[in-house]
Amino acid sequence: MKITVEEDKCCGAGQCVLIAPEVFDQRDDDGIVILLDATPAEDQYEQVLEAAAVCPAACIHLDDKA
Amino acid sequence: MTSVQSVLVVGASAAGLTTAEALRRKGFTGSLSLLGSESELPYDRPPLSKQVLSGAWEPERAQLRSAEALAALDAEFVLGDPAVGLDADNRKITTASGRTLTADAVVIATGATARTLPEQRGVRGTHVLRKLEDAAALRAGLLSARRVVVVGDGVLGAETAATARQMGLDVTLVGPQEAPMTGQLGALVAGHLADLHRRNGVKLRGGVLPDALHTEDGAVSGLRLSDGTELEADVVVTAVGCTPATDWLESSGLNLDNGVVCDAYCRAAPGIWAVGDVARWHHQGLGRLVRLENRTNAAEQGLAVAADILGDGKPYVPVPYFWTDQFDVKLQVYGIASAVARAEVVEGDPVEGRFVVSMTGPQGPECVLGWNMPKQARLQRAAVVDHYTRPRQPVTP
Repeated sequence: MKITVEEDKCCGAGQCVLIAPEVFDQRDDDGIVILLDATPAEDQYEQVLEAAAVCPAACIHLDDKA
Repeated sequence: MTSVQSVLVVGASAAGLTTAEALRRKGFTGSLSLLGSESELPYDRPPLSKQVLSGAWEPERAQLRSAEALAALDAEFVLGDPAVGLDADNRKITTASGRTLTADAVVIATGATARTLPEQRGVRGTHVLRKLEDAAALRAGLLSARRVVVVGDGVLGAETAATARQMGLDVTLVGPQEAPMTGQLGALVAGHLADLHRRNGVKLRGGVLPDALHTEDGAVSGLRLSDGTELEADVVVTAVGCTPATDWLESSGLNLDNGVVCDAYCRAAPGIWAVGDVARWHHQGLGRLVRLENRTNAAEQGLAVAADILGDGKPYVPVPYFWTDQFDVKLQVYGIASAVARAEVVEGDPVEGRFVVSMTGPQGPECVLGWNMPKQARLQRAAVVDHYTRPRQPVTP
């Protein structure tokens, strides 16, 4: 799995960090997403999928084939 | 529970789409259909009052998923054909074009419709903002306008006023509250929001209601307020709230009361669930029926409903959350502050334009608000989780 995020679409809601804190964080100054791990281990997949699903800006993209 | 072979989601916006996606992700391989009243592919609403209205984004950018992602969902999309009736016992939906659709599980995700003032019907230059087409029409109106009056001082009204002001228009924001969004933010933070709007040149008219709409040749020309003030306007935007879209369910036999009334699992009847703006469910943490009109609830409730359809449900007890961006300020709000809650700045400093406020009610911390501190507010959210997840006395709906 390969994760990409559209930073300029991110609204800083932080839902992804609540769900998958090992993969996502937020910038201290404006709350925009920080991708900690673009190719997470398989045990993170479920949380990452859920984070992408609830992202209110639809800015987390997953490539399952990568 | 017998296993579900087919799911019909009525509503193809954030709540409906998230439910459908979650079903597939959790391994549902049966037939899946989404019925949408609008002809557009699923799009997102929060950008409509900001990036789409301002022109920073082309409308296509508000689409929730790419065409490939929608194709991968392996679902049938029936768009531009609103549902007009539900036979709840047989889970049979009738549409405006005369189609009938049935499924083992029906998910009601029809959202809400914008309220209007009766006198604005048919008057050119008056707008609501709920759909993509509304945003396009309002943007076109604003581009040739000089003076705009926004009626309604909730989230949508305040955002729309900010966007219109940033487009260079003369903007007046009218509403019944002392400061915009006082109901959601409490007096302290709403006061800062009022200052923000004034600093940026928005004229605020708090504590008043619209009294009469003036027209010239069928187009709006101004507004009289309840205190007698006369305002001139080329465009009037009404952002006076939404009504849950349940008209089509009138004869369904479902319990309708400010939304589709559901139990703690968001079930409205056997084999029927409701999700998103239209759902009023029993929030066990709060011990009462709750209906939330916000983007994050649409998604989170979609996950909860998908799990329950597949027999793996839990009571849905979210910490309500919404955000709003106005001018250069990002506001995050976790929880619902009661009218009696006390506000306290717990991090940062209003003077520096960055702070977090905690709101404490009779039973402890119930709401955390961030002002240009999204990450810090999210970290403080932990203080209110208990208030929403601890079970209370059940109520009978």
